[in-house]
This record gives sequence, structure tokens and C-alpha cells, in this order.
Amino acid sequence: MCKECGCGEETTHEHEYVHTHDGHTHSHRYTHDHGHDHDHDHDHDHAHDVDAAAVRTVSVREKILSKNDEAAERNRAWLKAHGIVAVNLISSPGSGKTYLLERTLEGLRGRVPCAVITGDQRTDNDARRLMGKGAPVKQIETLNACHLDAGQVGGVLEEVAGNGVKLLFIENVGNLVCPSAFDLGEDFKIALLSTTEGEDKPVKYPSLFSAAPVTVLTKMDLVPHLDWNVSACRAALRQVRPGVFIFELSAKTGLGMEAWLDYLAKLVG
Amino acid sequence: MHELSIAQALVEQVERVVRDEKARCANRVMIAVGALSGADPEALRGAFPLVAEGTVAEGAELVVEVMPARVRCTACGAESAAENYFVACAACGSRAVELVSGRELHIQSVELEVEER
Repeated sequence: MCKECGCGEETTHEHEYVHTHDGHTHSHRYTHDHGHDHDHDHDHDHAHDVDAAAVRTVSVREKILSKNDEAAERNRAWLKAHGIVAVNLISSPGSGKTYLLERTLEGLRGRVPCAVITGDQRTDNDARRLMGKGAPVKQIETLNACHLDAGQVGGVLEEVAGNGVKLLFIENVGNLVCPSAFDLGEDFKIALLSTTEGEDKPVKYPSLFSAAPVTVLTKMDLVPHLDWNVSACRAALRQVRPGVFIFELSAKTGLGMEAWLDYLAKLVG
Repeated sequence: MHELSIAQALVEQVERVVRDEKARCANRVMIAVGALSGADPEALRGAFPLVAEGTVAEGAELVVEVMPARVRCTACGAESAAENYFVACAACGSRAVELVSGRELHIQSVELEVEER
């Protein structure tokens, strides 16, 4: 029935809708109403409201971040074409991403050609820490944003990874929530969780830990000084991501670093 | 607060729909937000009017449908709610499950105000 006038005319229907936008043509299901007029061939003795509005609903069914996802797919295609494996490192601020990367770049130097894109709201402190280790490094300042997006990464890909790089680390802005929503075109996400953060973080922040097939437990050298239980932490990780691959290491003492470096080398193997 | 970025992307989509449909403006925007999407429905409701201001989406109501996390068991085939994200099959307890919903961040439909002909 017509919602506007109750005249009984069925106006909502669904059909395949082929159209062109942003330079490509595609098709999707499309539910919408057609306006129908109530004109007839004599005059009324009152004025029509020429500004009368009708309401109709169109079905869209699209990802809200589709623009980001399209940029991510372009990054993914570029990386694949250049034979580069890319990992998106996500964790809270202060869990040791940059320190682990420093040690990782040193450990892989001469073995795997690496590059780093690092994101922070402000400063290029991280990039300065990571330079001089044989890998190109590019800092992205996200300013007010709490995450990197695919467009930002795409803007620097060629510059940082264009020259024979095999393994690209994308060090995201320190944040357990927001970065997990933005696909950057990486092969997969790696979550970091430090022993000072509490072993139940995976169940408190499931959006990241359920999306990361690999989690690195950092600062393992501090465990003797903490009320922190490694098996409880592993159980929490498996609650949100059965089959998660877990590394335990200390970038400071070198504990567990060999297994981590071997794993990374095999990724590009 | 990446909800601001999400709201920004959403308003751009609504603007495009309004343009494509030659409508006047949007009255209501329906979206689906998964429990594991990392987006907070309340924060989205807060961010949307701020970003929509001065656009064809200004004043539009944002309707958020929260999609619970659901898993399908690869062992027994049952589909169940992933209660508190404890990802296991409710029927047989197997951990060999795959997420079938909960990561959505979708625009579903837009109610438009159009000129009556």
C-alpha cells in the first residue's frame, strides 16, 4: 500500500541495479519505491502544496569503510605484485612494538630485506629509533586519528618498499581498538601484548585479538616480578581466537627472539 | 574514537546515495554494527550528527542494529551465539569454529526525502 496516501498501490519493489560510479560498473540488489502521481484531468478549487515531500527507502548494503577497503585492496595488489609480505602490528601504547622492531631489524639484517611504516599521532621519534638498521623507514603522523588507514599506507608504499623489500612491518598507532577496524592491505595482523598489561586483555578487547592470527607476548623477562600467569593469558587468547599462534619473548634479553626471527624469515622464504 | 572516521565515511556514502537518487536529503540511515567490529554504537550515534552537520544527512536519524557474534562449528555444523566472545560451539564445545557474523560495519538502507511529482 502506498504509505503517503493509503491508495493501495504497491510501489516498493526489488530488482538488480547495474550502474557506474567511481569509474567502474557493478550491480547489486536494489529495493526502492517509485513515486506515483495522483494527477487527474480537472482542477481542484484549492492550491497544491508544490513543495510536498515524499519519503522512500533505498537499500544500500555496502561496507561503511568500503573506500578504505578499496584502497587496502590496491595496496594488497601492489604488495603481491612486488612479492612483499606485509604484517600490521597492533597493540596498546607502550607494549614494546618499536623496541621489538628495533631488535627484529637488527636480527634480520642481511637475511631478509625489511621496511617499516610506522604510525603515531605526533612526532617521528619511532622512525628515528628504527633508522640506521639497514631498512627503509617511513613515519606517518596521523594527527587526530587513532589509527592508520589504507590511503595513508598506500601513499608511502612505493617510497618505502619499492626497492627489493620482502617483508614490510606496518607499526600501527598504539591502540587496542581502533586500528583493528581498518584493513591496510596487509597479509595479516599481529597483536602484541606485554606482560604488564594483564592476562585478560584478549577477552576485554576481542575485536583485535580475535582478528590477529598471531600474538606476541612481550616483556617476558618481567614475569618473575609480576602477578601474571602465562597459561591464563594463553587461555584468554584462545577464547577469542582458537588456534592463535603465540610467541613469548623478551626483546631486551633476547629470550624467544630466535624463534620469532626464524618465523619471520620463513614468511618470505 | 575511530567512530569519527567511520561516521565520516558513512556521511560520504549517504551524500552519494542522495545524489544518485536525486533526493532532497536523508531522513534516516540504517546501519549494522557487529559486536566484534571494534566500533562502539554509542560513540557512532554521538559522532554521526557532528559529521552530518551542513550536509544532506544533517538531522537524519541514525538507526544502529547491533549484530551479535555468531560462530559455525566446522566439526558438527551447528551455528551458535559466541557468548561473551568465548569462541566455541555451543552444541559440541568444539573450538574449531568460524565466525559467521559479528564483524559487520555496513550501511543497510537510507530513507530519503524526495520531491513529490
